[in-house]
Amino acid sequence: MKRRESKAFAGLLVLALLLTACGGRGYQTKGIEGLLPDLEFRLTSETGQVITEADLTGAPVVVFFGFTNCPDVCPTAMARIAAATDAAGEGLDTDLQVLFVSVDPGRDSPARLGRYTDFFSDRVTGATASVETLRAMTKRYRATFGYDAPNEFGDYNVSHSSAMYVFDAEGDARALFRPSDSVTAMAADLRRIAAGG
Amino acid sequence: MITLVEWLRPWEPSVPVFLACLLAAGLYVAGLMRGASPGFWPALSYFTGVGLMYAVTQTHYDYFSQYLFSAHRLQHLMLHHLGPFLVALAMPATVLAAGLPAAVRRLPQGPMAPLFRVLRVVYRMVQQPFIAGFLFVGFIYFWLTPDIHFDAMLSIDLYWFMNWTMAIDGLLFWWLIFERGGKGVTPRLSPGRRILLLALIMPPQIALGAYITFSGQNLFEIYDVCGRAFPIDPMLDQQIGGLITWIPAAMMSVVAAIIVLAFRLEKDHEKA
Repeated sequence: MKRRESKAFAGLLVLALLLTACGGRGYQTKGIEGLLPDLEFRLTSETGQVITEADLTGAPVVVFFGFTNCPDVCPTAMARIAAATDAAGEGLDTDLQVLFVSVDPGRDSPARLGRYTDFFSDRVTGATASVETLRAMTKRYRATFGYDAPNEFGDYNVSHSSAMYVFDAEGDARALFRPSDSVTAMAADLRRIAAGG
Repeated sequence: MITLVEWLRPWEPSVPVFLACLLAAGLYVAGLMRGASPGFWPALSYFTGVGLMYAVTQTHYDYFSQYLFSAHRLQHLMLHHLGPFLVALAMPATVLAAGLPAAVRRLPQGPMAPLFRVLRVVYRMVQQPFIAGFLFVGFIYFWLTPDIHFDAMLSIDLYWFMNWTMAIDGLLFWWLIFERGGKGVTPRLSPGRRILLLALIMPPQIALGAYITFSGQNLFEIYDVCGRAFPIDPMLDQQIGGLITWIPAAMMSVVAAIIVLAFRLEKDHEKA
């Protein structure tokens, strides 16, 4: 009986080890290799033009889902990614792009997105789409968003993903930057992904 | 506002889950049509159990399970506890066997007999009471390990793998607890051993549920990372999820123990 119990325990342990190997090794943030699909989207950019993944290939892309009225999570995330790209310094000698996808198309027009992203970094491009298109895109990356009921002034809160999804130059999902990851760790992984490592 | 049709549409359609539920319902109906007569309550229990497992995986409810910790815990309560509990309570083996085509029923005696012998050994091993109890609690702890939970909720393939392990383990465990009628492959435990097993799985579930409920830190970061179904305080979401892991899950043991005792009393009454 003891032997059987230890076999069952060993089985669970093997499963645990297999799962901890998921996502790729050597990342200082969260590796997501093989856990999420590659980059694919069709949105309206801040210039009002259609933008797809084809416009961004050839360099790593960082995707973030947010909204410009966001009081804390979005500005913090944008400031952190701007700091991380700065910290990555010369090791990031590429056209790395940050795509800020607004999940609040009701309030975030392309022009408003343009003004918002200009504030953070030249690398940041804003984009949005209809709620249905955004729903399909966020679902692809296992993310979601939702809206609170508007208050007397018509303001409402939006729940959204707080992560940054990092794709390499080929569009493969590589790393996930969580709010708990340090700027130093983000910079190190950006350097690694930009170098093709 | 979500319409009824939108509620019934799967958020993440899964052909294997759909086929498994269809097969479970279809075989039972075929068994009934071929003369099996389990009675009204066992049939109701069976279809409710299968229906619950289908509803939490193949309707819009699944959307909430993926983006709210509390809804995820309720999904697993249905998949691992209540759904399989109701299916096993119905003891549908004879009805399902009657529903199987004769050729399939003869398979264990045919050329595939060695395969069935291996399956029988494996089945009896996982149904050894301590292993069954260990697996029942072990799977709950395993998938709630924060790092593993993160990956399971991030990858759609791991998500389905997690749900399958919970549903299958739930069916195995509750089948062992409610096993009765004609003797089959499942070990037949005395009522005392069944109740002891039900008592043993309670404290670890209570401890885990209480730990999640009273934890001052946000344990499951994935729901912040991926966004929640609607704006809700993360700690409130976690506390509700902890309570679901703690109270109803442990209560199921008490209800099952009462049912096991009732079966025993009924048997004594029949003998008298």
